[in-house]
Amino acid sequence: SHTLALLETSGSKVTPSSLSALTAAKEIKKPITALLLGPDAASAAPSVAELEGIEKVLVQSDERYEHYLPEQVAPLVVSLIKGENDKVKDVSSFVVAASAMGKGVIPRAAAVLDVQPISDVIKVIDPNTFVRPTYAGNAILTVKTADKIVMTSVRGSAFPATEEKSASAAPIEEIAPIDADCKTTWVSEQLMKSDKPDLSSAKIVVSGGRALKDKEHFDSLLNPLATKLGAAIGASRAAVDDGYCDNSLQVGQTGKIIAPDLYIAIGISGAIQHLAGMKDSKVIVAINKDEESPIFKIADVGLVGDLFTIVPELTEKL
Amino acid sequence: MSSKIKILVPIKRVIDAALKPRINKTHTGVESKGVKYSINPFDDIAVEEACKMRKNHKDLVEAIHAVSIGPGKAKEVLRTALAKGADTSTLVDVGEEEVEPLVVSKILKSFVEREGSNLVVLGKQAIDDDSNQVGQMLAGLLGWSQATNAAKITIGKDGIVEVEREIDGGVEVVKAPLPMVISTDLRLNEPKFVTLPKMMKAKKKPLEVVKPADLNIEISKRLETVSLEEPAPRKAGVMVNNVDELISKLKELKAL
Repeated sequence: SHTLALLETSGSKVTPSSLSALTAAKEIKKPITALLLGPDAASAAPSVAELEGIEKVLVQSDERYEHYLPEQVAPLVVSLIKGENDKVKDVSSFVVAASAMGKGVIPRAAAVLDVQPISDVIKVIDPNTFVRPTYAGNAILTVKTADKIVMTSVRGSAFPATEEKSASAAPIEEIAPIDADCKTTWVSEQLMKSDKPDLSSAKIVVSGGRALKDKEHFDSLLNPLATKLGAAIGASRAAVDDGYCDNSLQVGQTGKIIAPDLYIAIGISGAIQHLAGMKDSKVIVAINKDEESPIFKIADVGLVGDLFTIVPELTEKL
Repeated sequence: MSSKIKILVPIKRVIDAALKPRINKTHTGVESKGVKYSINPFDDIAVEEACKMRKNHKDLVEAIHAVSIGPGKAKEVLRTALAKGADTSTLVDVGEEEVEPLVVSKILKSFVEREGSNLVVLGKQAIDDDSNQVGQMLAGLLGWSQATNAAKITIGKDGIVEVEREIDGGVEVVKAPLPMVISTDLRLNEPKFVTLPKMMKAKKKPLEVVKPADLNIEISKRLETVSLEEPAPRKAGVMVNNVDELISKLKELKAL
């Protein structure tokens, strides 16, 4: 029995969340076939073939897979799992990152295969048993599946990225595309441009809340601190709702779920849904003028005071 | 557009978003007694959006049918949906049974077929099990187009639906003709509160109750709960008095 791992690429690189998913895939302890899709697939394939634990790399470079439309990707995944392609046989586990792509594709493919997938895995117990958070991370559920094919999406923040190389590179093989009945057209995308590290994989995150008052203060206080620390910028839902920054910076149950080495929460009170997105960070710092804020209950280091004086002072003294 | 739009809005009754759930003594689930329940916030957004579509396209939206799968008390969330503007509703009464997304999708597929729906609008995830699966699974079973995490929905004159979706690094726009499944994200709209007169009026709207057996669907489980635990508590932190102390503490913790 084999594991099929769909790895997402960006440029000629595999995304950090997919490399974390690969670490989870290795813990399932079956030979892994990696699947790379879209025009970047071929250029990313050699680096994937070198990674530890990969037995084979399958590549399908057609541009229909460029934007990972689930209507295109799911039928290909279904076909490979059903064993309709000679290049991969006997797939019993399927793994993908719980990214926007993974979340879009895996349930669609699973339903067609009559499989109940398991979302947001944070721990692999055995090939059929997994741990995942529910209720915004307030309950940790261990589930055992009775499905013959086990389909899981993996939370990137819960596993380190696979970086280890194996002694010899795995073979890279081209597979045929699938003619799917897809009526959906990709129109455009607007990705946030930033000189900062990516929020999902950054080691340090500086995050701002409503107490920053407006976009000007959000930018003028957080940017210099983040630059000095080499940190990514995040935000609470309140800050995003009030337009201080882009939606994609939201940390929380329904935004990004992250676990950096250091998380600095500035002017964030700590609503349940925000804590769900960051409470697994290694060290949490809270800076807030209200000492009753729930954020202080989970902070390793708390400082009560006026963020408008504290943040510039911190930036200067670092 | 040649055909009218018939919308199906699936909604789930969940522990209120403001509450922190307590895990039961047997570690098999969460305490439900004496707990406030509400409509899943993302489904509330879905109901709001369906009603908004009708308001903006009066001659186009023919029907809005709300469905909930849950205990008898889930009638409350259906009444809320009716008060907001859904025309008709069905409760699939499963008692206290937890129903997995795959079965939910199969039940919803039967309603799509029965109601002749060509658009399903639902929350991207329920805030209790946080699976984020049903919309995609339903689209897969039906072979329909899907647009998850919708931040903006535009129905064009040509009948093509354009959806702005929230993705990891920003937004993406996709378009498709009906039929399709759309799942809602936070910023699609801001649901309004329901007024009491509307709630009263909604009592006269149809609320049908059926059992899964009536739909010829068996509630089977693929996943067995091994355990449900509280997350490991964090070690108690320290409070510092100023920036200098903060920096030295972070150095002590090797965080800087």
